[in-house]
Amino acid sequence: MIKGVGSQFASGFAIVAIVALACLPSAAQAQLAVRGKVVHTMAGPPITDGVVVIQDGKISAIGVASQIAVPQGFRTLEAAVVTPGLIDAHSTVGFSGILNQPHDQDQLEHSSPVQPELRAIDGYNAQEDLIEWVRSFGVTTIHTGHAPGELISGQTLIAKTTGRTAADAVIVEARAVAATLGTSAQKTGGKSPGTRGKSMAMLRAEFIKAREYKEKRDRAAAAGEKAEPTSRDLRMETLVRVLDGEQPLLVNVQRAQDIASALRLAKEFNFKLWLDGADEAYVLIDEIKAAGVPVIIHPTMTRAFGEHENLSMETAAKLVAAGVPVALQSGYEAYVPKTRVVLFEAGVAAANGLSFDQALRTITIDAAKILGVDARVGSLEVGKDGDIALYDGDPLEYTTHCTGTVINGRVVSETVR
Amino acid sequence: MRLRYLPRIVVCLAVVALTQSAAHAQDRPRAFVGAKIIPIEGDEIAAGTLVIEKGKITAVGPVADIKIPDNAEKVDVTGKVIMPGLVCTHSHIGGMRTGSGGADGSGPIQPGVRIMDAISVHDAGFKRAVAGGLTTLNIMPGSGHLISGQTIYVKLRLENPKPRKIDNFFITASDGIPLGGLKMANGTNSMHEPPFPGSRGKSAFLVREQYIKAREYHDKVTRAAGDPAKLPPRDLHLETLVEAMQGKRIVHHHTHRHDDIMTVLRLASEFQFKVVLHHISDGWKVADEIAAAKVPCSVIVIDSPGGKLEARDSKFETGGILEKHGVPVAFHTDDYITDSRVFRRSAALAARAGMSRAGALKALTLAGAEMLGLQDRVGSLKAGKDADFAILQGDPLSVYCQTQQTWVEGVKVFDRSIASDHLYAVGGFGAGTELIPYLCCYDNLTAGSDQ
Repeated sequence: MIKGVGSQFASGFAIVAIVALACLPSAAQAQLAVRGKVVHTMAGPPITDGVVVIQDGKISAIGVASQIAVPQGFRTLEAAVVTPGLIDAHSTVGFSGILNQPHDQDQLEHSSPVQPELRAIDGYNAQEDLIEWVRSFGVTTIHTGHAPGELISGQTLIAKTTGRTAADAVIVEARAVAATLGTSAQKTGGKSPGTRGKSMAMLRAEFIKAREYKEKRDRAAAAGEKAEPTSRDLRMETLVRVLDGEQPLLVNVQRAQDIASALRLAKEFNFKLWLDGADEAYVLIDEIKAAGVPVIIHPTMTRAFGEHENLSMETAAKLVAAGVPVALQSGYEAYVPKTRVVLFEAGVAAANGLSFDQALRTITIDAAKILGVDARVGSLEVGKDGDIALYDGDPLEYTTHCTGTVINGRVVSETVR
Repeated sequence: MRLRYLPRIVVCLAVVALTQSAAHAQDRPRAFVGAKIIPIEGDEIAAGTLVIEKGKITAVGPVADIKIPDNAEKVDVTGKVIMPGLVCTHSHIGGMRTGSGGADGSGPIQPGVRIMDAISVHDAGFKRAVAGGLTTLNIMPGSGHLISGQTIYVKLRLENPKPRKIDNFFITASDGIPLGGLKMANGTNSMHEPPFPGSRGKSAFLVREQYIKAREYHDKVTRAAGDPAKLPPRDLHLETLVEAMQGKRIVHHHTHRHDDIMTVLRLASEFQFKVVLHHISDGWKVADEIAAAKVPCSVIVIDSPGGKLEARDSKFETGGILEKHGVPVAFHTDDYITDSRVFRRSAALAARAGMSRAGALKALTLAGAEMLGLQDRVGSLKAGKDADFAILQGDPLSVYCQTQQTWVEGVKVFDRSIASDHLYAVGGFGAGTELIPYLCCYDNLTAGSDQ
C-alpha cells in the first residue's frame, strides 16, 4: 500500500514535470520586456526611451531603458508609444455578440423589469469575436455585463480580454448592478414601468423591500439558533449588497431630469452611484460633483438621436475640468457598429477639449480607479499586472496602428491594426 | 404697447441690412491666401491661393502664381488647410423622421416614390453635416425594399437665404429638373413577409420581372411615336426604371454579401443600368469581379465588424483593397449610421488600413462626385467648379483636425468660431434630432433599445 501511494506520488510528480516542460516555451515567453520611445505610465510623466519588464505576469521594473537591466532570455517588444492596457469602463462585449442574432445576444433579459439577481458571470462568452476585436486595439480590461434597457437588468463583471472561459478572464465577478432611467426602460401597452414617475416608484419600492429584508436577516442573525429559518431571496440579497455599498448601482441615464432622479435615489438609500451615459451631465455638473459621483460617460461619437439628442462631444472635457471622475465607455450598441472601441472615443474626446493625457486617463488609470481595480491595472507600476498596449504613433490618432497587446505578460495580439 | 416692439423691429431691419450686404459681398471676388490647398485634382499646394467669384472657383494655385483681382476681398488663411467640400454618396439626413421616408410597406418595388417629398429641410442633421465639411449629399430612401425610390442630390445651401424647403437644396439639370438616382437593395434588409421576397432568388426574380416590364413599356412608348392613342398609360414606376436603363438615373445599390454583390453585377449587366455598389462589407472578397465589371464602390467604414450577419466580415481594409484593384472608391456616412461630423474619419481609418492618402482624400470628394455624375461641378478645387470647400485647421486625416468653415457656392454656411454654429459641431441642446430614425427593418433599433 505504502509503496503504491509512493508510486502514485511519483507518477504525479512526473506529470507535473512534463506539464512544466511543455509549458517552458510559453513560460519563457511570459518573461517579457517592452521598450517604447515614449512610455505613458499614467503614474507620472511619460518616460522617453523607457522599458517595462514583466516577470511572471507582473511588472517587475519600469524606467529609462539605459538604467534598467532586462534579464537574459527575456523577449523584447519595441514600439514608438507604449501605454498601459486600455480599460473600457462600460461595454457589453462578451454578451452582445458580433452576429446580432437572438442566439448571441445575452445582454438583456426582458421577462421582467427588475432582475438584479442575474449574474454576469453566467452569460459571459469569453471567446466572443468582438473581444478579440477590441483587444487588437489595445483594450485589455472590460467592465461588461447586463445592458441598459430594463429598470434593473442584472449585474456586471470586470474581465481581461483573454482566456477561454469566464473563469480564466474574470477579475471581478460581481461589480455593479445595472439600472436604467429614461424611455429605453419604459414599456407600452399598460405594462410597467410606463413612465418616469413609475420607474422611480418601482425602484424605491424595491430598495425599501431590500432594507426590510436586510433588517429581518440581521435580526435573525442576532437571534442566532433561536431564529426562525428564513429562505434566501437572491434578488433581495443583491439589492442589500447595493445598500451595503459592496456593489454600486450603475444607472444609465441620458436626460438631465433622469440624472437628477438617480442622484435623488442614491441620496435616499445612501448607495454608491455610478452615472452611466449621462448625456446631459453638463447641465448638472455642480450637483454631480457635490454628490461625489463618478461618470462613465457615453461614447463621444454616440449618435445624437432620441434621448441622446442633446449630447455634447465636450461633456467629458467639462466634467474633467470640474474635477468629476470620468471614464469613457464603448457602451451598448443595438445595431452597427456592434461595439465601439474606447480608443477611438477617447481620440474624439481629445479633439473636443480633453488634453491628450486627460483623454488617455479616461481609458486607463481613471477608469481603473472608478471601477476599483487600480491596484492591478490602469497604470504601469511595479507590482501591477503586465497589461500593455503598443502603438506606432500617437495612440489617439486615426492613422496610428496598435502593433501589439500584452495581458499578464503574455502577448495576446500582434495584429497590426 | 406698440412702442415696446419698436426696438425689435429696428433689430430686424438691421439684420436684413446685414444680410443684404452679405449677399452683395458675394458678387465681389474673394481670395483665400496662404493656406495649404488640397485640390484633389493635382498635387497638394504648400502655400496656395483660392479665388472665388459668384459662387464659382475662378483660380487655384501657388500664392506666387495666382494674380488676385484688384477688387477682391483678401482673406488670410495662412496655416490653414483648404480642401473641396466633402461629398457624401449615401445619406439619410432629413428623410427618416417617421417611417422610412421613401417607399412604404405595400410592396418591395416602388421606384416612383421620391425621397424629395419626405425631407424636412429644418432637420438639425444638415447643420451637423456642414459642421463636418460636407457640402453635397445624395439623400436616399432606406434599404428595406428591393427598390425603395428615387434619391435626391442636394447642396447644403444653409445661408443667404436660409432654406425654407428642400427645393432650395436641389441640384438641377440644365432643364431645371432636380437630379437624383435610384435606390435599390438586396440581401436581408429587403426580405420580409409577403408581398416582400423571402429569399435571394425571389428578390432577384422580382427585380428582373420589373425591369423587363419597364423595357416593354419603353418599347410601347417608342412604337407609339407620340400618338396619344397608342401610348400606354403613364406609369411612374416603370418610367423611373426606364430612366435607370437609359443611364439618366444612376442606381445606388445597397449590398453587403459577396454573392449579393455578384447578383447586382449580373442585374446591371442584363439591364445595362449604371450602378454604384454601396456598403459592400464583403467587397474585398470579390474585388477582382468588381474591377472587371468596372463598377465603382461607395464603402461604409464601421467601427467593428458584425451587427448584422451580412456585415460579419466587414473591415477597414476594404477601401485599400479595392483601390489596389483599380476600383473607384468613395466613402459615405449613411448618416445616421455614422455621424457626418466625423466623415473624414472614414477615410482616415481606411488610410490606417492601407489605402493611399490621395485615394482616401479623393474618396471623400471627387470619387463621390463621379458616382453621382456631378464631377463637372463639385469634388475638386478647380477653376470653373462650384466654390464648395472646407477650411480646416490641420490635416484632414487627423483626429485633432477641426473643420473651421464650410462654404457652399461661395457662401459661408458654417463657422466654428460662431457659438450657434459651434453648437452643431460638438452637440448640445437643439443640435440633435428628437426622433429615432427608422431605416427599414431593425426592430431592435426602435423597440425599446436606446439606439
